[in-house]
Amino acid sequence: MDQAIKTTPRIGDRPRPRKNYLNETRGFKSWAFTLDHKRIGIMYLIGVLFSFLLGGIFALLVRLTLLSPTHKIFGQVLLTAEQYNRVFTLHGAIMVFLFIIPAIPASLGNFVLPLMLGAKDVAFPRLNLFSFYLWLTGALMALTAMVFGAVDTGWTFYTPYSTTTDGPVTLMTAAVFVLGFSSIFTGLNFIATVHKLRAPGMGWFDLPLFIWGIYSTAVIQVLATPVLGITLVLLMLERSFGIGIFDPRIGGDPVLFQHFFWFYSHPAVYIMILPGMAIISELIPTFSQKTIFGYRAIAYSSVSLALVSFIVWGHHMFVAGQSQLATVVFSALTFLVAIPSGVKVFNWLGTMYQGNIKLDTPMLYAMSFLVLFAIGGLTGIFLGTLATDVHLTDTYFVVAHFHYVMMGSTVTAFIGGLHYWWPKMTGRMYSEKWGRVGCLLWNVGFNMTFLTQFFLGSKGMPRRYYNYLDQFQPLHAFSTVGSWIIGLGLFITAAYLLASLRKPADAPDNPWNGTTLEWQTSSPPITHNFEEQPVLEREPYDYRPVVAAR
Amino acid sequence: MEWLRRLMMPAQGSEFAKEIDNMYMGLFWLSVVLFLMIAIPTVYFAWRYRYRPGRVTPHNTHNTTLEITWTVLPLLLCVAIFFWGLKGWMEYAVAPGEAMEVQITAKKWLWQFEYPDGSRTINDLHVPINKPVKFIMTSEDVIHDFFVPDMRVKHDIIPGRYTEVWFNPTVHGQHVITCAEYCGKGHSDMHAVLTVDNDAEFAKFLETGGTEWEDYFNGKDPKKTPADWGKVQYETKGCNSCHTIDGSKSKGPTWKGIYGHMVELNNGTSVLVDDDYLRESMLYPNAKVVKGFEPIMPTFQGLLKENQIKGLQAFIKSLQ
Repeated sequence: MDQAIKTTPRIGDRPRPRKNYLNETRGFKSWAFTLDHKRIGIMYLIGVLFSFLLGGIFALLVRLTLLSPTHKIFGQVLLTAEQYNRVFTLHGAIMVFLFIIPAIPASLGNFVLPLMLGAKDVAFPRLNLFSFYLWLTGALMALTAMVFGAVDTGWTFYTPYSTTTDGPVTLMTAAVFVLGFSSIFTGLNFIATVHKLRAPGMGWFDLPLFIWGIYSTAVIQVLATPVLGITLVLLMLERSFGIGIFDPRIGGDPVLFQHFFWFYSHPAVYIMILPGMAIISELIPTFSQKTIFGYRAIAYSSVSLALVSFIVWGHHMFVAGQSQLATVVFSALTFLVAIPSGVKVFNWLGTMYQGNIKLDTPMLYAMSFLVLFAIGGLTGIFLGTLATDVHLTDTYFVVAHFHYVMMGSTVTAFIGGLHYWWPKMTGRMYSEKWGRVGCLLWNVGFNMTFLTQFFLGSKGMPRRYYNYLDQFQPLHAFSTVGSWIIGLGLFITAAYLLASLRKPADAPDNPWNGTTLEWQTSSPPITHNFEEQPVLEREPYDYRPVVAAR
Repeated sequence: MEWLRRLMMPAQGSEFAKEIDNMYMGLFWLSVVLFLMIAIPTVYFAWRYRYRPGRVTPHNTHNTTLEITWTVLPLLLCVAIFFWGLKGWMEYAVAPGEAMEVQITAKKWLWQFEYPDGSRTINDLHVPINKPVKFIMTSEDVIHDFFVPDMRVKHDIIPGRYTEVWFNPTVHGQHVITCAEYCGKGHSDMHAVLTVDNDAEFAKFLETGGTEWEDYFNGKDPKKTPADWGKVQYETKGCNSCHTIDGSKSKGPTWKGIYGHMVELNNGTSVLVDDDYLRESMLYPNAKVVKGFEPIMPTFQGLLKENQIKGLQAFIKSLQ
């Protein structure tokens, strides 16, 4: 009997097909007019990574300006107060709208989702390409706004500051409006794809958990983003024609803007974090070589996070002038977020328990996620609690908290996912040794930069400050040095990933012994994804040894 | 663990600040425990169950008891923390009825404070120790935020409406006031100094009508002369409802071109308009009423501080 047991039963490496989605057609047009979800995913990936680089440069500039209270580097003032305000606005707007929101769903999601479903493509390939071009249009509009002097409103565009300040605010908001539609179409496409294009035999509870996460995200994208669109249109009308929705001098209400804005932008936080969690739900069972623990609990927690995300927006406004009753209710509802988040973390730990854990680079990022997300989540309790939030809100404590969630969690998961699917996307393995170095630098740099900022915030340092009291200088300097280590880590990561592209394709079809369908096709996949329609025979993440066919 | 609290929090300026710090430290230690409950298994499992070729892993799909446990226990914990936070919030949100009221007007990029007796200061807030103070705040342009780290309170200041915040200072001396809602170029320089006075110091502060007037008498700013200070009084103390400064007639005599001239009174005599007469007319307005006007002016005794009278004299003198 023993000989009949194999631990990796399903996927034998077939001879590599000569043609794959990368080399089947060539030339600019074959990419610009492609309807292949994999190519669109790759184009998105290049786009969001470029945005990440740009936003990252702005972040380094912000940190460098804050290195000393005089803002001088080698005797020169690096940025003036006005320039600083523009740079932190650009950092925020680019990172949120151009990078994090599309990062996982539109790039990795686009590439992986149809493969995982055993489908040939998404449900509406043309709409998929259109949403990429919308993203590109929005990105170019944002770049144009930057060339014309950029805006200094903060990425939140709070009125009446944003309706009265100089600069191309209208163009910038129009860019975000267009980007919003790109996001809506991607979400719509994924919902239709998950409903209609699942492989034969794949029921809802046979879906990989990545799909559950991306599906929940898509629901938020479709339902919440239109509210942002409406809000931004009102803002543009207010700026152009003075219609008096938000500016109190002409009869408007500035707090109304905040309600509208956070009604989208709080769910948007879950557009960012749910896909990150979705990736972690793939990495942990694969690298633990163990059946996922609490599949349904994780799936339901994704959906419940998506639902809860719609009813907690007021926690951004505890001291902003909303009614006190609303504030109390929003605080109570906010605590609900903790429950499904905790459920996920405990189930991931339950999956690692008694596993057979391989510490490859993607798993190192998954473990980093668990630790960083724990800090991001737990510090959220300080901010959800009414009395402590009064002191901590609008300080660096908030900055640190959301960087732990957005960057420490989502971006960590994104980088982990990028390493996980890199062999599938490119057909190449990267240097494992440098992968570990990059992950180490990422963790060291990140915690240096942002753990420090909790202390700055609780000590009373407000955010978006160009000048600061001398007492904060040591902490600011420490944080700035951390940002350089992050930069170095990411530079190394980019270098070895790009270097891997120069060598011949060497990746096996299933380098990590994964169980989901994308590992059953070649690396890189052929244009139509699978040689023949795959049929789901076992649940995902089933690592039980199978008895070879009799 | 006092050193740890000091490391993380600013000085404590009120009893409320101590309460917030207790809550903060409570949440801090709770977070440390919960963090270790996640981080230790993450690292331990990765080491304990590290990869061994050929090892078969168990097929544990779920455990309902565990799932319910780690859903319900955190929920109970969250309910408890919510009510803990609510308790502090109620204290923050409701000012005691006897609180002294101070008006705050914020604008790019300064703070204006006005006391019940009309005393005014710029970027310089004085409050008496151990007495609750309520701030009624509004903005003249964009949203600002009144943040006093040592008191652990902050609240947005919104144009076109009033918001309120209060505290009861218990520590004598100076504290920082800072703007916590982004308001543009000067946002990070929008500071004010909060001085907690003892009763005698505060009484003295009010006696001179605040400290804003000093800017108008020290000759540093050519745009701030004693006459400009008088103009501020003219516009804010109600003088302008009866006296004009352009020569036209109103309920009271115009101020234009009267200084240094003789005026006829309603009792048939005449008087020279000089500093003495102006001062007398502000404090005892019906002693010498100009011919052709009713004796309707109320006394400003106690309402006008010495520096304000001086400012008004200089202002009237400048209207030639």
